[in-house]
Amino acid sequence: MNDHHAVFQATPLTRRKQCSEVIAMVVFLLMTSLIVLPLLLIVGYLVYQAWPILSLDFLLTSPKHGMRAGGIWSPLLGTVYLVVLSLVIATPIGVLAAVFLNEYARDNWFTRIVNLAVINLAGVPSIVHALFGLGAFVLFAGLGKSILAASLTLAIMTLPVIIASTNEALAAVPMAFREACWNVGATRWQTIRHIVLPNSMSGILTGVILQVSRAAGETAPIMFTGAVFFKAIREGHLFAYGLFDQCMALSMHLFTISTQVPDVPKALPYGIAVVLLSTVLAVNALAIIVRVYLRSRKKW
Amino acid sequence: MVTSAPPIVEVAELHVRYGRCAALKGITLDVRRNEILGIIGPAQSGKTTLLKTINRTIDDVPGAVVTGTVKVEGKDVRQVEDVFALRRKIGMVAPLPVGLPLSIFDNVAFAPRMAGVRNRRELAERVERCLRQAALWDEVKDRLDSLGTKLSGGQQQRLTIARALSHDPEILCLDEFSIAIDPVTTMRIEDVLKELRTRITIILVTNLIQQARRLAGRTAFLLNGELVELGRTEVIFSDNPANRKTYEYVNGIFG
Repeated sequence: MNDHHAVFQATPLTRRKQCSEVIAMVVFLLMTSLIVLPLLLIVGYLVYQAWPILSLDFLLTSPKHGMRAGGIWSPLLGTVYLVVLSLVIATPIGVLAAVFLNEYARDNWFTRIVNLAVINLAGVPSIVHALFGLGAFVLFAGLGKSILAASLTLAIMTLPVIIASTNEALAAVPMAFREACWNVGATRWQTIRHIVLPNSMSGILTGVILQVSRAAGETAPIMFTGAVFFKAIREGHLFAYGLFDQCMALSMHLFTISTQVPDVPKALPYGIAVVLLSTVLAVNALAIIVRVYLRSRKKW
Repeated sequence: MVTSAPPIVEVAELHVRYGRCAALKGITLDVRRNEILGIIGPAQSGKTTLLKTINRTIDDVPGAVVTGTVKVEGKDVRQVEDVFALRRKIGMVAPLPVGLPLSIFDNVAFAPRMAGVRNRRELAERVERCLRQAALWDEVKDRLDSLGTKLSGGQQQRLTIARALSHDPEILCLDEFSIAIDPVTTMRIEDVLKELRTRITIILVTNLIQQARRLAGRTAFLLNGELVELGRTEVIFSDNPANRKTYEYVNGIFG
């Protein structure tokens, strides 16, 4: 009887264990909170500084008086153009390449080189992408500084990440599904079309959506390839830019009015930062919603 | 139940290597029309590999090298031009149940659809027939549009069998089908197989020795990629099969 009780009694060793358990938990919790804290501080500070200028008018009017007044309509529209066009270019290429790599390719020297290229391309600094875009699209292909050239540059920058995320989404579909399909005489493409793609769509979409915020935030790749200091466009007109026009862009605009233009009202750059940041956060939230929604319909 | 019809599958001097590792080392055997051929043997003896060479899904295994011949209905499977038609001739049931992430109906209608059957009534008839053959119809007939992946393990295995029957195969290969299901379901499926053997040829790979004894007309014993013995099931399970190792394996002395 006594022996049985002794088994469950706290010894100095168990107390030490319990103590270190609590310490470990608290340390991990602290580190986790440290991640959230900077984000809250940044957003809070930006919104506080930008508060006087934030309004719908700020979004819908173009910069005026040497960019010291007015809103951000033209750069906002330019960013939308760049992001949408770059993803329209990068998504099909990236997704299809990933499907090939994951579903068709065998493990040989060719696929190894491609995979290596994808990994390295993802690690190339954006300013190098910018120089490549300048050389390849603006000068060599003769597109000039234009929305098209800048979007192509952004597309190349986002491509490897789209390939990697798509690859991951495809690999998450169990191999047994594919084998079951092949066993009943389905071709590879039928298997991909009816089983693999429908069940990896959430992962693929999430990967693509996350690239929106990346493409919207980059300054370097568009600086040499299509974004300009100032461009007057027709207000209230969604198709104010043409493919071969140069455009303004939010990230570039923030950079120029913070460094190149004297006597800018203090709230203006903060306003731009808030718009840029909230776009990014909204897009990320959208990605999360898409993922949660599609995962709730997960079929196995 | 041993038939003397001409063989539907002929395997001759079949070698399969995965890289440096030999999985099959010169197998020669035949499967007769409308028989149940049991294949027994411990893990790593090459049973699954043998099945994969018959419907050529071995092509999808990276690094697999095949020599020797496998003939289905007299035709070398590696000379077959339409490998998908070959695979439809052969129903394949894997060890673990695989419900595709589709509705129950679509799970069974998948193969016919991929083969180009579009007519709704024809599909519905075929789905019902296959689900009945797999002894699953009564349990799922009221919820054909719910997900196949949400069925229980035993039901999913019967769904897998229904899917394997959905493309009217002449040969049904079962690879340790009872590994993940309960004994009651196993017995139900065994009854299904007894039904089917009048119409199609069944290759039954099993790690349950008694299952081969219950069902198979002839039984092959594979060990380390070699065919130790192939003979009438009564002989394999008797006190004096041709090879001493067969006796030892069947009686649980090793393996």
